[in-house]
Amino acid sequence: MNLSAALQLATPEAFLAIAALVLLMIGAYAKKAVTLVSGLSGAALLIAAVLAADGAVGMAFNGAYIADNAAAFSKVFIYGFSAIAILLGDGWLKRIDKQQFEFPILIVIAAMGMGMMASAGDLISLYIGIELHSLALYVLAAFRRDDARSSEAGLKYFVLGALSSGLLLYGASLIYGFAGSVRFDVIAQAVHAGAGTGGVLFGLVFLLCGLAFKVSAAPFHMWTPDVYEGAPTPVVMFITTAPKLAAMTLTARVLVDAFGGAIDQWRQVVLAIAMISVAVGAFAGLVQKNLKRLIAYSSIANIGYALIGLSAGNQQGVSSMLVFMVLYMIDVTAFLSCLMALKRDGKPMETLADISGLFRVRPGMALALTVLSFSFLGLPPFSGFWGKFFVFQAALAAGEWPIAIAGLVLSVVAAFFYLRIVKVIWFDAPPEGVADKEPLDAKIVGGALALFSTLPVVLALGGLQTIATAAAVAMGAH
Amino acid sequence: MTGILSLTTFLPLLGVAGILALRLLGNAKDQAKVENSAKWIALAATLATFALSCVLTFQFDRTATGFQFVEDIPWFAGAGYRMGVDGISVLFVLLTAFLLPICIVASWKSIEKRVLEYLIAFLILETLVIGVFTSLDIVLFYLFFEGGLLPMYLIIGIWGGARRVYAAFKFFLYTLLGSVLMLAAILWMISTAHTSSIPALMAFKFDPAVQTWLWLAFFASFAVKMPMWPVHTWLPDAHVEAPTAGSVILAGILLKLGGYGFLRFCLPMFPNASWQFTPLVFALSVIAVIYTSLVAFRQTDIKKLIAYSSVAHMGFVTMGIFAGNPTGVQGAIYQMLSHGLISGALFLCVGVVYDRMHTREIAFYGGLVNRMPWYAAVFLLFTMGNVGLPGTSGFVGEILTMTGTYGASTWAALFAATGVILSAVYALSLYRRVVFGELTNPKLGGIGDLEAREVWIFVPLILGTLLFGVQPGLIFNVTQASVDHLVSAYHAAIGG
Repeated sequence: MNLSAALQLATPEAFLAIAALVLLMIGAYAKKAVTLVSGLSGAALLIAAVLAADGAVGMAFNGAYIADNAAAFSKVFIYGFSAIAILLGDGWLKRIDKQQFEFPILIVIAAMGMGMMASAGDLISLYIGIELHSLALYVLAAFRRDDARSSEAGLKYFVLGALSSGLLLYGASLIYGFAGSVRFDVIAQAVHAGAGTGGVLFGLVFLLCGLAFKVSAAPFHMWTPDVYEGAPTPVVMFITTAPKLAAMTLTARVLVDAFGGAIDQWRQVVLAIAMISVAVGAFAGLVQKNLKRLIAYSSIANIGYALIGLSAGNQQGVSSMLVFMVLYMIDVTAFLSCLMALKRDGKPMETLADISGLFRVRPGMALALTVLSFSFLGLPPFSGFWGKFFVFQAALAAGEWPIAIAGLVLSVVAAFFYLRIVKVIWFDAPPEGVADKEPLDAKIVGGALALFSTLPVVLALGGLQTIATAAAVAMGAH
Repeated sequence: MTGILSLTTFLPLLGVAGILALRLLGNAKDQAKVENSAKWIALAATLATFALSCVLTFQFDRTATGFQFVEDIPWFAGAGYRMGVDGISVLFVLLTAFLLPICIVASWKSIEKRVLEYLIAFLILETLVIGVFTSLDIVLFYLFFEGGLLPMYLIIGIWGGARRVYAAFKFFLYTLLGSVLMLAAILWMISTAHTSSIPALMAFKFDPAVQTWLWLAFFASFAVKMPMWPVHTWLPDAHVEAPTAGSVILAGILLKLGGYGFLRFCLPMFPNASWQFTPLVFALSVIAVIYTSLVAFRQTDIKKLIAYSSVAHMGFVTMGIFAGNPTGVQGAIYQMLSHGLISGALFLCVGVVYDRMHTREIAFYGGLVNRMPWYAAVFLLFTMGNVGLPGTSGFVGEILTMTGTYGASTWAALFAATGVILSAVYALSLYRRVVFGELTNPKLGGIGDLEAREVWIFVPLILGTLLFGVQPGLIFNVTQASVDHLVSAYHAAIGG
C-alpha cells in the first residue's frame, strides 16, 4: 500500500492535524478571534466525524492504523462529544473572562489522539495515541492557571499519568519481546500458537494496568476525584466522555483482537478490576458532598460496568460495552452541562447543599438533573438502565452470574447517593441567595440530552445496538 | 379493538401533557385558578381511563383462555412492544383505573403545595401500573414495574409526613434490591429462551434445577412488593408517611403487583420450583397472618395499624396462589381485588379525620360517633369488610383462599384461620377506640361529618364492597377460564 492510499484511510486524523495547525496560526495572529477559532475547531471535529463515518475500511502503515467499523463507531462519538466540549467550554471560559484560543485547539489535538487510539493496530500507535491525548488533557486540566486547585489537578494528573504510561510501556516491551512483533494481528497469531503464557501475559497485565489508569478503573482511580474536583467543569465533562470511550475501544481491541486466544487469562484480571471499580465507586460515592467528586466516583463505578460487559469477551460483550459507554457519555455530558449552567450569586453550584431546593428556583434544570440521577441509578426507562441491561445480559450469557448479581446489588448501594441528589433537589428548602439566569448553550445541551435519556433512547436502542454489533464484529469478536 | 390497551395505558399521559401545557401557558399570577383547572384535567383523564377500562372489561371474551387485544410491534433485538390481557390481569386494570379518580378527588383539598407536580406524579404512576398489567413482554413489564418507583418516591418524599425522607429512601431501596435480582433472572431467561415474550416464556420449559434459582430471584422482588414477612418492614413506614391518596395507591394497587407477579411468572414459568417452595411460602404466609395481626393490635397510629393488617391480608393471597388449585387462585385474585377496595377505603377513612385534626394517634380520638354519624357508618362498613364479614367482598376472598389452602395443607389453613379471629380483634378494637365511647377530647368538639366531596369518594367503594360481597360471580366469570388454564398447566408441569 502506497503512502497516498494509506493517508486516505487516515483522512480524519490527517484532516484534524492540519486543521489544528492552521487554527493555531489563526489564533496566534488574530488574537481576538477566539470565538472564530472555537467555531472552526468545532466544525473541523464535526467534519472529521463525517469523514470517519463515511471512510473506507482497511489497514494502513504496515498495520499500525486500522480503519474499520469499530474505529468509525468510536470516532463519530469521540469527535461529536469533543465538539460539544468546545461549544460549552468556550462559552464557560468567556463567562469567567478566561477565553483563550488554545482551549479549542487543545481539544482538537486530544481528539486526534483519541482517533489514533480507536484506530491503533499495533503497540506503537497505541502508545502514540494515548500520549497525544493525555498531554493535551494534562494542559486542559490545569487550564485555569490562577486557580490553585486547577493547577493541582493538572500536576496530579500529569505525574500519575506519566507513571501509568511507564507501566504501559513496560508491558508493551514485554509483549514485543515475547511475541516478536508489535502488530496486534501478529501478536494474536503468537498467542494462538502457544505464546500465551509467561512473558506475554506478564506484559499484558502491565498494559492493562496502564489502560485501566486511563479509563480511571479502580484500583488505578486515585487521580480521578481530585482532578474532577479541581479541573474546570467543561474539561471534566471532556475527560469523562471522549477519552474513556477511546480507551475502552482500545482496550477491547487489545483484548479481543490481539489477546483473543488468552481470554481465560485476561478475563480474571478484567473482572477483578471491574468489580473493584463498581464497589469503590458505590461505597466511596456515599460520603461525597461535592457533586464533581460524586460524578468522579460515579464514573469509576460506570467504567466497572462497562468492563463487566467487556469481560464476556465475545461479540455481545463488546457491543454491550460500546452501547453502555455511549449512553453513559450522553448522561454525564448532560449532567455536567446542567452543573455548568447553575450559579447562585455568581458562584457555581458545586455541592449537594448548593442544589438543595433547586426545584423551587429552577424547575427545568431540576427536572433534568432528576432524570439524569435516576438514569445513573439505572431506573427504567431512562438510558442508564439500558446500558446496564445490555452489559449484564452479556455477562449472564457468558455464564458470569456471580459477577452480574454482585454488580446489580452494588448498583443498589450506589442508588443511595443518586437518590440523595433527587432528595435535596425536591425535598429540601433552597439556601439563601438568588440563582442566576442560566446561559443558553449549557441549558440547551443539558436539557436536550436529558430529554434524550427519557424516552427517545428507547427508540434509538435498536439502531445503536446494530452499529455497536457491527463494530464488535469488525474487532474480530465472535 | 386492537390498540385499546395502549390507549388505556397511555391515556393518563395525555392528562400530563394537558397539565404541562397549562403550566407553561397559564397565568402564573393566578396560581389557584391554574391549580383548579389542573385538578379537573387530571380528573377527566383518570375518568376517561376508567371508562376505557370498562369498555375493555365488557369487550373481554370471558370464555377464551389466551391473551386478548394483543399488540405486537418489534422493538430492539429480541424485545418487542407486546401488550395483551387475560382473565387474570384485566380486572387489575379495571381496579387501577377505578381507584385513580378517587385518589384525585381525595386529594382535592388536602394537597396544598406543588399541586401540579402532585397530579402529574399520580397520572404517570397510573400509566406505569396499568402498563405492568397489560405488558406481554418481560422487558416491557420490568420497565413499567420498576418505573413505578420514581413517582411513588416523589409522592412519599415531597407530600409525606414528618419522616417522609426516611420512608421514601427505605421504600425505594428495599424494592430496588428485590427488583435487581429479578432483573438478573430476566436477563438470563432472555438469553436462554431467546425471546422476551411472556407467552413464549410460559411455554418454554426451564430446567428444574435452574428454575429454583430463577424462582428465588423473582420471589425476592415480588415478596418485597407483596410484602411478605420478613421483608414487610418498609410498608408501615411508607404508609404512615405517605399522603392519603399515596397510601390508597400503595395498598390498593402497588401491593397487588407482587401477587400478580406470582401468578404471571412464578407459577406458569417455574412450576417445579413453585411446587418445591410451596411449604416455604405457606410458612411465611402463616407467620405473616398471625404475627402481623398481633403487631397490628399493638399499634398506636391508625395508619400503621391498617398497614400491618394489609400485610396479614396479603398472607392469605400468597397462600391461595401457592395452594395451586382453582379455588385458592380464584380466592387470591378475589382477595386482592377486594383488598384494593377495602384497604383503599380504610386509608381514605383515616384521611378524613387526619385532614380535620392532623394527627393519626388512636388515643387522640374517641367518641367520633357523636359528632360524625355518617362517618361512623362508613368506617364501620369497611372495618367489617376488613374483618371479612359475610356480605362484604372481604369474606369471599378469605373463605376461598382458606378452602383452597385446606386442599393443599391442612395445617396452613388451620393456622391461617386464626388470623380471621385476630383481624376481628385489632379491627374492632380500633373501631371502638376511635369511634365509640364518650367524646372526651375537647379538640374534637368542633369536628364535622363527611362533606359532599367525601361522600362521593366513598359511594363507589361502598357499592363495590357490597356488590362483590353478594355477587362474587361477577368476578369469577371473568377470571375462571384463565385460572383453570393456569392451574391445569401447573399441574401438568409438576406431574400431578
